[in-house]
Amino acid sequence: MSAKKYFTLIAIVTAVFVAFLYFSPKIFGSYTITVLSNIYIFIILAVSYNLINGVTGQFSLEPNGFVAIGAYVTAILLLSPEIKDELYMLSEPLPLIRDVFLDPSKPFNPFLALLISGFVASLVALTLAFPVFRVRGDYLAIVTLGFGFIIRIFLINNPEISNGSMGLDSIPGFASYFLIGIICLIVVILVYNIVYSRYGRAMKAVRDDEDAALAMGVNTFKTKTLAFMTSAFFEGVGGGLLASSIGSISPDQFTFMLTFQLLIIIVLGGLGSISGSIIATFLFIGGMELLRPLDDSSWHFGPIHGIPGLRMVVFSILLLLLMLFARRGLLGDKEIWDYIKIKRRINE
Amino acid sequence: MDIGFVLQQIINGFSLGSMYALIAIGYTLVYGVLRLINFAHGDIMMVGAFLTFILLGIFTGWKFQHINMPLFFTAAGIAIILTSIVGILTYVIAYKPLLDKGAPKISLLITAIGISFFLESLFNVIANQYLGGTYQAFYFPKWFSKIIHIGDITIPILTIIVPILTILLLLLVLFILYKTKVGIAIRALAFDISTVKLMGANSNFIIAFVFALGSALAAIGGIAYAMAYPSIDPYMGMLVGLKAFAAAVVGGIGSVTGAVIGGFILGFVEVAIPGFFPELGGWKDAFAFILLIFVLLFKPTGIMGIDFERQRF
Repeated sequence: MSAKKYFTLIAIVTAVFVAFLYFSPKIFGSYTITVLSNIYIFIILAVSYNLINGVTGQFSLEPNGFVAIGAYVTAILLLSPEIKDELYMLSEPLPLIRDVFLDPSKPFNPFLALLISGFVASLVALTLAFPVFRVRGDYLAIVTLGFGFIIRIFLINNPEISNGSMGLDSIPGFASYFLIGIICLIVVILVYNIVYSRYGRAMKAVRDDEDAALAMGVNTFKTKTLAFMTSAFFEGVGGGLLASSIGSISPDQFTFMLTFQLLIIIVLGGLGSISGSIIATFLFIGGMELLRPLDDSSWHFGPIHGIPGLRMVVFSILLLLLMLFARRGLLGDKEIWDYIKIKRRINE
Repeated sequence: MDIGFVLQQIINGFSLGSMYALIAIGYTLVYGVLRLINFAHGDIMMVGAFLTFILLGIFTGWKFQHINMPLFFTAAGIAIILTSIVGILTYVIAYKPLLDKGAPKISLLITAIGISFFLESLFNVIANQYLGGTYQAFYFPKWFSKIIHIGDITIPILTIIVPILTILLLLLVLFILYKTKVGIAIRALAFDISTVKLMGANSNFIIAFVFALGSALAAIGGIAYAMAYPSIDPYMGMLVGLKAFAAAVVGGIGSVTGAVIGGFILGFVEVAIPGFFPELGGWKDAFAFILLIFVLLFKPTGIMGIDFERQRF
């Protein structure tokens, strides 16, 4: 694709999507808008998770930890000292946590808060990546899975930082439906550019054959670390948006369940496919809403009736079936326009 | 420092460590043969404890009264056998088709996470629907919790039995690995899977045997864990399983003796640090991962130091 064609395409996509963002609140009800903004946040998380899992091929289970970091950093930065004094019931907030405002008379800039959330998450990612990527093997999965638990333990055991298991609420809701949509668009375009850049090609080389990549002069340690940090950055930003759009956060929101849902999304869409992740997010969140009755014990359909927790059984069977029979997901590691192109070529 | 207090901590550390060791052996065996972190292994341990609980419930009409030794060992024995079957089934249904297709490693790992989550949510539904709640108290014969006095330290019998049982089981596993035909086959498989197939060994049977052995040990570990805490829940295997894997890496993944040593070390760390520095008590669950990160930084091959290109077990 030539540069001119590429920019035209991005301009068209942006225009169409912004128009949709502008008009959709006038067409749909508030329930649909809530689900849609949830979908946009999940697209941010899924696309960035796909970067490390699908594009670089390093199996990682980190999203819940980094989303939690992003959510808490944003919340702590945006809450004013007076509100924090009221919120922190279990222990006095640390002075550093209480007075993060540089200028107490002005509220903290939410965009700066999102950026800081991303940076904190990617710094943590760097410290995790250093021991893990020095050795070959699937240690990343186990270390990131353990890291999710450690973040939870940290949040619960340090009430002077995070208000313990009670969590934080009345977080300023700067993340409107429109803003979440715009940030989602920016993240998708950024990740797409990374994947189809020199760094993205290095990541795919690491995924396909690490020895060959090393022989061709790719610094595999650096490539893996960069992919992991980028992924963590966007997950931190997504966490900040999540905190602001929900308005209240607690350690229980960021359990392994979140990671598991994202894992199903990226596998369903195809590991390594950005457009696949986007389509799969719509399908998955839609499916979650459709299958909601399964968790409701008053619902029944013939002999089948709802049991709390049944929905997750269905989803884990879905993941196992996907791995057994449709390992490449919806789109494999290609993008949807690649298929359109191939089809056109066949027609010619 | 009071010598009795130190002794008490050492015995507690041994006891906790043996549970990690029993689970870590399964991780290390499967990793040695398939190079796969079997994430579902921690949940296999939960299945073992839950099945024992359910069988005891059936035997006593859900009253859990007058549980005597024969009843308990029958329930535990059947549960261990059933758990081994569950372990074999995870291999046959989920991993084997992927291995046959030559799927990339990441597919196997995702499948492992899928099985883990499936077992957790399945038992969550069973516990909520039929047992009346996620958390259940675990009942066992009173003899196990009888307290014995040695000098000025007091310990329940269970705390002594579990480490002894672990050492005996380690010897049994080592015997199977080094003195029996199937053990030789397992070690050969760990060395070079395709050559073993060419030599006419039934690799599927051997791998299934490895899964069964690992699952049986995990079930024993799970029952011991449930007795020590005395409660069970569908998510109990997740964190314990992760810690046991960390223990296996600390000891040197691929080595059975290493797994047991790693388990004991982790047990000591988890008992001793909160024992001597009570303010760190809340961080207990994080020690395993900090230990794991240090091992990866300084000695990735672990204590038993197996060079993966040369020898295994």
